[in-house]
Amino acid sequence: MQRVEGEIKQKAHELLKSGVVSSVLAWKKGDLVYDAAPAFFKSPNALEDMVYNGFCCSNLSKYLIEKDSENEKVLVFLKPCDTYSLNQLLSNHRVIKDKIYAVGIGCDGKIDIEKLRAKGVKGILEIEEDGESLKIQTLYGDETCVRRDILLEKCLNCKGKDHMVYDELIGSELSEETALGDKFSQVDELEKMSSDDRFEFWRCELSKCIRCNACRNVCPSCTCRKCVFDNPHSGVNAKVNVTDFEENMFHIIRAFHVAGRCSDCGECTRVCPQGIPLQLLNRKFIKDINNFYGDFQAGETVESRSPLFDYNFEDIEPNVISKGRGIN
Amino acid sequence: MQDLVKEKPFKPLVVSFCCNWCSYAGADLAGSSRLEYPAEVKIIRIPCSCRVDPLFVLRAFQRGADGVIINGCHPGDCHYSTGNYYTRRRMAMLFSMLDFIGIEKERTRLEWVSAAEGARFASVMNEFVGELREMGENKRLGDIRCKE
Ligand code: SF4
Ligand code: SF4
Repeated sequence: MQRVEGEIKQKAHELLKSGVVSSVLAWKKGDLVYDAAPAFFKSPNALEDMVYNGFCCSNLSKYLIEKDSENEKVLVFLKPCDTYSLNQLLSNHRVIKDKIYAVGIGCDGKIDIEKLRAKGVKGILEIEEDGESLKIQTLYGDETCVRRDILLEKCLNCKGKDHMVYDELIGSELSEETALGDKFSQVDELEKMSSDDRFEFWRCELSKCIRCNACRNVCPSCTCRKCVFDNPHSGVNAKVNVTDFEENMFHIIRAFHVAGRCSDCGECTRVCPQGIPLQLLNRKFIKDINNFYGDFQAGETVESRSPLFDYNFEDIEPNVISKGRGIN
Repeated sequence: MQDLVKEKPFKPLVVSFCCNWCSYAGADLAGSSRLEYPAEVKIIRIPCSCRVDPLFVLRAFQRGADGVIINGCHPGDCHYSTGNYYTRRRMAMLFSMLDFIGIEKERTRLEWVSAAEGARFASVMNEFVGELREMGENKRLGDIRCKE
């Protein structure tokens, strides 16, 4: 990991200095070791603060939109799953490939600080990543942890370690499979429940929402310039949900809007401060799309067309799904 | 006294989106052929079934609808050639999602009704309203602020 960090820093340095790119989009050291946050670096000197470690979980592709209006080239570091999002942004014409220098970097899963905390690890000072285990220095002494136990939910449902789009690869030997089993298992479980139980389940979850809009803001597929949730006449603009209807409405619309474009990157679930399993809603769409219209992975190629922007003469009738009967 | 407080039968409010080119004319035909369908059905004319944004369906439920039905031209007959194919996929996704979050799946429906099918329009509406009468009020997706 340290070696890869050195390599990507060197790459950034090289390209900034030679003027190939005018800024670098990467992760910046925070006050605490687990605080790595997305940042733009404009000068070679600033690169000192750049990091790449197990906490660099944020998907950087969405931040590229910010630079899109400026006439400059950006160097961006992307983990395998982030490249699906970049493809999605490219196919939605939200960013232009010519203005991006994408370096794919290897990934062996990112760490969920909440899972570490839940294990009772507090006062973290330093973390040393050593293959399968983590050596953690805390205020209260040293601890070790098995890496697999504290990986982010999204890493346990990883789509694979191949980069879909890149100009160059660094540290791909670092990559290690992290996916566990079937990503639809939770959706299946919910589907088996009765409609009443499902309603209860979602009421419990969605009523926690504080409408911070983080899930919308972080999503690399959710990129309209004007959003219905910002429109004061929509009745669901950015404010705390007033009724349970608004809670349901916000979440149905958020999930529906990216149906067929959601690359299953898991950022929505990761950023929710209330711990709502938002990705379940998106996974339900992905599962339905796979079942009804054939397997589809958003962001696999730039050319792939969202199944909702497409049709087939023999498509399934909605009534078959909801009522188990045909059109007549 | 007993007679005075006798419960009123439940009258569901049904929003029926009808495509201008087929189902709306179908509804017209049902009317001019003197076929009966429930007065609870409120028809909203749209240029094509594809015009129905999922938000419209949610809005209808918010404002107190007990069921929403979308009517379009039969596949292959769309006035704009392909509109209803997109509707079919979009509504399949929406209905399935509503079911997933626990809204009774019987409250949403998509039907193909042509301009010549006045009788079919009436029978579809009779059937749909009949089912909703049995199911009762939509309590899960309504907005308390919109209640009288
Ligand atoms: S991130 Fe969580 S709390 Fe914030 S708006 Fe989304 S669901 Fe609600
Ligand atoms: S909806 Fe969630 S999982 Fe899907 S692309 Fe957006 S942030 Fe990623």
